[in-house]
Amino acid sequence: MSTIVLDPKIPAGPLGEKWTNFKTASKLVSPANKRRYELIVVGTGLAGGSAAAVFGEQGYNVKCFCYQDSPRRAHSIAAQGGINAAKNYQNDGDSVDRLFMDTIKGGDFRSREANVYRLAQVSGRIIDQCVAQGVPFAREYGGMLANRSFGGAQVSRTFYARGQTGQQLLLGVYSELSHQISAGTVKMHPRHEMLDLVLVDGHAKGIITRNMVTGEIESHSADAVILASGGYGNAFYLSTNAMGCNVTATYRAYRRGALFANPCFTQIHPTCIPVSGEYQSKLTLMSESLRNDGRVWVPKRKEDCGKKPSDIPEDDRDYFLERKYPSYGNLAPRDISSRSAKEVCDEGRGVGPGGLGVYMDFADAIKRLGENTVRERYGNLFEMYENITGENAYKTPMRIYPAVHYTMGGLWVDYELQSNVPGLFVIGEANFSDHGANRLGASALMQGLADGYFVLPYTIGNYLAPLRGTRPEASRPEFKKAEDEVRDRIKRLLSIKGNRTVDSFHKEIGKLLWDECGMARSKEGLEKAIKRFDEIREEFWSNVCVLGDGDELNQSLEKAGRVADFIEFGQLMCEDALDRNESCGGHFRVEYQTPEGEALRNDDDYFYVSAWKHTGDGNRPELVKEPLNYEGVKLATRSYK
Amino acid sequence: MNFNLKIWRQEEGSGQGKFQEVAARDIPSEASFLEMLDIVNDRLTEKGEEPVAFDHDCREGICGACSMTINGIPQGPGRGTACQLYMRKFSDGDTIYIEPFRVGAFPVVKDLVVNRSAYDRVIAAGGFISERCGNAQDANDTPIPKTVADYAMDAAACIGCGACAAACPNGSAMLFVAAKVGHLGLLPQGKAEAGRRVRGMVAQMDKEGFGNCSNYYECEAVCPAGVPAAFIAKMNRDYALASVRNAVEATA
Repeated sequence: MSTIVLDPKIPAGPLGEKWTNFKTASKLVSPANKRRYELIVVGTGLAGGSAAAVFGEQGYNVKCFCYQDSPRRAHSIAAQGGINAAKNYQNDGDSVDRLFMDTIKGGDFRSREANVYRLAQVSGRIIDQCVAQGVPFAREYGGMLANRSFGGAQVSRTFYARGQTGQQLLLGVYSELSHQISAGTVKMHPRHEMLDLVLVDGHAKGIITRNMVTGEIESHSADAVILASGGYGNAFYLSTNAMGCNVTATYRAYRRGALFANPCFTQIHPTCIPVSGEYQSKLTLMSESLRNDGRVWVPKRKEDCGKKPSDIPEDDRDYFLERKYPSYGNLAPRDISSRSAKEVCDEGRGVGPGGLGVYMDFADAIKRLGENTVRERYGNLFEMYENITGENAYKTPMRIYPAVHYTMGGLWVDYELQSNVPGLFVIGEANFSDHGANRLGASALMQGLADGYFVLPYTIGNYLAPLRGTRPEASRPEFKKAEDEVRDRIKRLLSIKGNRTVDSFHKEIGKLLWDECGMARSKEGLEKAIKRFDEIREEFWSNVCVLGDGDELNQSLEKAGRVADFIEFGQLMCEDALDRNESCGGHFRVEYQTPEGEALRNDDDYFYVSAWKHTGDGNRPELVKEPLNYEGVKLATRSYK
Repeated sequence: MNFNLKIWRQEEGSGQGKFQEVAARDIPSEASFLEMLDIVNDRLTEKGEEPVAFDHDCREGICGACSMTINGIPQGPGRGTACQLYMRKFSDGDTIYIEPFRVGAFPVVKDLVVNRSAYDRVIAAGGFISERCGNAQDANDTPIPKTVADYAMDAAACIGCGACAAACPNGSAMLFVAAKVGHLGLLPQGKAEAGRRVRGMVAQMDKEGFGNCSNYYECEAVCPAGVPAAFIAKMNRDYALASVRNAVEATA
């Protein structure tokens, strides 16, 4: 057993009062002292951008980093559907408690209760803040905000801006960040990639970055380091993530001692455009909001799969989500919808090339609402679909298939969003705490902004207040040593000059993860994959080909470093999936299922967070458990029937 | 499909470049333009030649990282960004010219990669609403008519890619600037500092070396987000009014 004991630092008191109690008791840094502190924020998505902006407003000195050429391009921008908030503007019975319960249940009872409750509590404030900064949410004719419903909920609590909600929220964050940049409180470093975390006396006190234009390796010191570097879905190569999304920042922190929690909890989104060929570089999401009006079906008989959908009569269609989950129907949560789609395709009833697709049909919605209303709601998505597939979804049903979309796992954090490494804070998708084993739609944007705007600015004080701005200088030997290690690694990558491209390795591990650690996992497959990762790593470090130099813009080199980390990290995902002998949320172990094929959870043995500790290269990671403790929620079998 | 590519290659810091001819053979017609470049890059790497550097990220047409000019058109033919262009739109055997955006204010970094930080500086010069996070009023306290919110959204849809400036014979960024001025200025929350905003952003735009609008409307034609050029007229009005007001206030 490990010697590490994880303290989630959950405040005392009833669930509804914990956050207030915490804020009342937390330490403050006085306005005059804030300017003596420096904070590093890595990532400029909803979480990182909002945190950096607020810290700037509060008077801290912030150094902010992103790999993109502008903070406005962080991948939050691609979120389409919406953001949840318990405003109950629709008067349909919503409340903080209901949003909390939906999120806990959606996560299949594997998230931390107190964190989720706080998320639901601050959700309403996020909408207020976004409107104040000029986010043009969809409105009704009376001028009030419009809502729609999303998977796993029976109320309309999702706020949206056409099919570009993530873009509008991120541009709101970016404008606030730009305001602080012009005020001089935030110093922005675009096209900089974090390549290592620096610890001084066991505390996170800085990072090593590579300037992606000049190749310069730089040390940056601070009083605390905040990672908001997003998720690791690109481990699968094909995902809905942007091409640059990577695990390097969080994985490097893991190698320095931060624990990685629940890495096997990944989300496969049910409604993406199916894969069409080997050359494919990414998968495109079709917003879950489409499931409000689209009906998902496949032919009842295998023989009909080759027919045109319009030639298949109503009676010969299987609306499988409506059939299996009558109360939620097409709005069943993502893990359940994805698995159902996989099942019908495994039965040979899939449609389109390779039989890996199901229909999402808007014919009924068009009949009910008219084409114009459907166009107003989803026009840009239909256009995007036509552009990619050449098919008109107003006339023929869309073909969709699940794809990797989001990662619930991330660095372990306590209630204050601090990792087990003092001074290292982790927010947004990069941490693990709020979504358990499955995230509900429209809650990633909510969590990102909650962490950055309304949680971290209150919780970081406990760590910062006693320090009084006594950060170490970047000239200390710890920085020099880390810089040298980063340089050596780059040199090594460039010197291999082997026969295989970086992408070919990335595709190989992606396929391995998709097959063995994707929608269905088995002991046998995971053990095989863990071994295979060792072989791939060895081949990578002896046969990868990275051309060019280190002291210039070199996209192959950037990719090579990220893929090297994905190879090691993919193995950790499999280790985690192998340890968890149960099925829950997006983690489906074929050995553990009910007779109807639903996930079979095991609360007696696995009601804990798996936090993994790095124990050196070549050694298997060590498992540290944080037992979950629910005070307000009764564990129950999830049912959406 | 087979293509004859003429790709702009420019070494970092050299200030000069030239077209390299590359044969792209056996490209699937369902591949996107960037996937075609991926295939070309993998083959170059296998031959020991350095792959072509180009900016890209989300590959869904929303992040705005794409910055290439294809056959003379910024972001390529058709609506949308270069990543949303599919090879089936071309004919077998086509010659395709691929260049970076050509704007003085966006210097070329390497190959097809340009430096668009000028746009970030224009936003930092006023493209925001000064408010403090924490205690905003309830989101429904100020009703905003649907037509106003929708129109603001038309402008807010700008992805900041820079195609407008790259398409303009004057190298003008006015569609980009007008989109932000229009978006924030239309909303009640953004009216308080609308005058300051438009003056600040226009001054920074001039300082960065972008040209002025003389109504070519090339920007609107290439804008992947479909931002209407009418916002430029609105910005000109806003700017004139704000300048007069500012001059009067200075004498008062």
